[in-house]
Amino acid sequence: MDDFLAARLQMAFSLGFHIVFACIGMVMPFFMTVAHFFWLRTKNVVYRDVTKAWSKGVAIFFATGAVSGTVLSFELGLLWPKFMEHAGPIFGMPFSLEGTAFFIEAIALGFYLYGWNRIHPWFHWATGVVVGISGLLSGILVVAANAWMNSPAGFDYVNGQYLNIDPIKAMFNEAWFSQSLHMCVAAFVSTGFAVAGVHALMIYRGSNIAFHSKAFKIAAIFGTVAACLQPLSGDISAKDVAKRQPEKLAAMEAHFHTERFAPLIIGGIPDTANQTVNYAIKIPGLLSFMATGDFNGEVKGLDQVPKQDQPPVAVTHYAFQIMVGLGMAMVLLALLYFIALWKKKQWLKSKWLLKLFIVATPMGFIALEAGWTVTEVGRQPWIIRGVMRTAEAVTPMPGIAYSFYLFTAVYISLSIIVSLLLYRQITMVGKLYDSSAEPLKK
Amino acid sequence: MIYVVIVFLWTAILLYILLGGADFGAGIIELLTSKANKSRTRKTMYNAIGPIWEANHMWLIIAVVILFVGFPKIYTTVSVYLHIPLVCMLLGIIARGTAFVFRNYDAVKDDMQKIYTPIFVYSSLITPFFLGIIAASAVSGQIDPQAKDFLSAYVFSWLSWFSVAVGIFTVSICGFLATIFIIGQTHEPADKAHFVGKAKRTIFIVMFCGALVFVAAYFENIPLGQWIFGDAPGLVAIIAASLSLLVMFYALNQDKPILLRLLAGFQVTMILFAATYTHFPDIVLLKNGANLSLLTHQGQVKTIESLGYALLIGSLFILPALVYLIYSFQKKKDAYPDHL
Ligand code: HDD
Ligand code: HEM
Ligand code: HEM
Repeated sequence: MDDFLAARLQMAFSLGFHIVFACIGMVMPFFMTVAHFFWLRTKNVVYRDVTKAWSKGVAIFFATGAVSGTVLSFELGLLWPKFMEHAGPIFGMPFSLEGTAFFIEAIALGFYLYGWNRIHPWFHWATGVVVGISGLLSGILVVAANAWMNSPAGFDYVNGQYLNIDPIKAMFNEAWFSQSLHMCVAAFVSTGFAVAGVHALMIYRGSNIAFHSKAFKIAAIFGTVAACLQPLSGDISAKDVAKRQPEKLAAMEAHFHTERFAPLIIGGIPDTANQTVNYAIKIPGLLSFMATGDFNGEVKGLDQVPKQDQPPVAVTHYAFQIMVGLGMAMVLLALLYFIALWKKKQWLKSKWLLKLFIVATPMGFIALEAGWTVTEVGRQPWIIRGVMRTAEAVTPMPGIAYSFYLFTAVYISLSIIVSLLLYRQITMVGKLYDSSAEPLKK
Repeated sequence: MIYVVIVFLWTAILLYILLGGADFGAGIIELLTSKANKSRTRKTMYNAIGPIWEANHMWLIIAVVILFVGFPKIYTTVSVYLHIPLVCMLLGIIARGTAFVFRNYDAVKDDMQKIYTPIFVYSSLITPFFLGIIAASAVSGQIDPQAKDFLSAYVFSWLSWFSVAVGIFTVSICGFLATIFIIGQTHEPADKAHFVGKAKRTIFIVMFCGALVFVAAYFENIPLGQWIFGDAPGLVAIIAASLSLLVMFYALNQDKPILLRLLAGFQVTMILFAATYTHFPDIVLLKNGANLSLLTHQGQVKTIESLGYALLIGSLFILPALVYLIYSFQKKKDAYPDHL
């Protein structure tokens, strides 16, 4: 394998792996503290059991997220030294603040996991909230760093030199808000649906219904509310991309020719050679409206971009379709769930609704990975848009392919072990937690 | 501001060696403990380290972030030429961190434990070993930016007797820190005697490994003696560390766990001080003599300023919280027995 390709794939795998754990580590503490709150308020032991079961999951995910994050902070230099040499001092601000956020998160988690019966109950609960907030904050910060790669700011690029560096300006670049917002909501969508799906499966199988119903409800409400907000935030992102990276929008939409009243292209197979999209559904004018807010607005096509600066169209387009498609599917499921909650209580007991949630378990995470593929592949061939090409940034060391195989093997084995652990946590719920299933207790 | 940043960098490295080191040491000690005592040792270790485990490893990340934000040239040079030992260290970090959590949080305690435990103990050994190699290679002028072939650019940049000896020395320091730490955590007299004996033995092992470093330096023509004893502060630091060893034997026999920990911390601090002071402000020495200095290879003014403020503000939040965390878990259990 070509070293450059190997480096890109290794980076993508590491980030794709990390992001799953990071999202769960970011969002689960919120679910946990909600359950914990109900336990402290109602003294219903089921809530305590849910809290404890989830906190074990959080510990597993947090540790995996932490080690994969540590790997990333080295990988940036191991794989992209030229990039880090120039970018580090510019986009480093969010990373150095993020260090603080992680630290607080780790300390708070120490209190939370080991604090049962050692510290005051409400203080204990509050440390859980701190875990969640600092996790969210670190997510926002790190995405601000990524946003800088899409819309570089805070320096002057003169004759290959990076002058007048201003880290604060770099952090508050044009893309930071739309990207961080979209990312945070996505974390809630994906974790919410994943957790709800797992508990739905257990309810469906009829085990420990009391426990799993409570857990399901908390996760499902977070997930569905976030799912409904996601298209709104996605719309902000799309308008933003249209302004700052028209070539990315064009690749997302497989939009080859600049035009007014541009159609929204759904599905289809982009044919780069002939600059057309085959077998697609086209909704006239909608793309113009989405990108500019006006049906007659002009949307730049790939024909405006020099050939050597065009991102890969097919991957970006498919990834975008997958994200939006799954996003819409989750909105529909969310609406069904709301109807069930307010009007049709009997649906909540029905098998079909549970089945839908079971099917939706991986949807959020698939959409999340697809979304990142859109952002990252859509930025190619640049690593810092308009400033540095990805190919210039790669390490001079040969043999990266081996490191790619090695890390891939590690990530695959870790995924298998984490899945096994999770499976065990869930199937052991009956023995470990469900108090209703323990008649021995008085 | 640059000095604030350098102090943070140095402190982060020191704390990583001390806290992370004790943590690695826990795994190493487990490896060297006889079967009969294993599970007891493990329990004591886990109770002591569990709550602060996550935080210990943050110091490494802080150090890396300071490097890539404030001293990008240094970060990238090390990343390029020491790629291979860095990858080995990372694999150790992944294996250890995950195995630690897996074995404590697996809902079923079965044969999987037989997989997690060896991974945990061996990666506890590998990680500090490569950490030592990386540190030694950075300061001993083995990195050769002019190298043309793969071996001399990417392998002999770190593979030398000296680096290996420093790697072994680092492992022994970790074991030493862990044994000293665990003495304060045991309350049974029999356990205590067991760990005190162990601590005495590790002290001799550390001294032996230290001597090994000097021997290796001699064979590699590295003027280590001159570096460490050449200027007064380094010499004073090493003498102070050696003298405090005597106090340590006293403290070991008299059962003074807090004094022991302070002494161990002091000794490691002095060793790091002596090792870094001699080259300061250079931090990475290259074969061609074009050393990388913390002062001449720093980022632009605004970067260093905002980094310094970020670190200062961050530590306002972190340090009190960390101290309170450690304090809370040294207190007795079951302060709130109802709140299970
Ligand atoms: C649960 C996951 C999820 C869901 C359901 C959606 N997205 Fe998304 N999307 C992401 C997860 C995501 C992401 C992984 O979080 C990205 C990658 C970078 C970012 O900021 O968010 C992203 C990026 C991203 C971008 C590129 C942003 C950029 O490069 O700055 C656009 C234009 C959209 N999304 C638009 C949408 C629309 C219109 C959706 C309608 C339903 C949608 N997304 C659903
Ligand atoms: C702060 C966050 C991030 C940073 C600093 C970052 C940085 C990078 C870098 C340096 C590369 C390699 C160079 C390149 O191909 O442009 C890359 C590629 C990539 N990253 Fe990101 N990334 C971030 C977030 C993510 C996340 C969370 C994901 C996925 C879930 C992701 C997915 C990818 C993919 C798929 C590629 C390969 C693109 C390609 O080479 O075609 N990134 N990223
Ligand atoms: C968009 C991409 C990313 C997001 C949303 C994200 C978010 C997070 C979160 C929330 C955590 C906390 C751990 C947990 O709760 O499980 C975490 C851990 C970590 N992340 Fe990322 N991260 C991203 C990309 C990166 C990148 C590119 C780096 C590399 C510099 C990085 C470095 C780290 C480190 C070092 C940790 C460990 C911190 C700890 O021990 O708590 N992350 N990440």
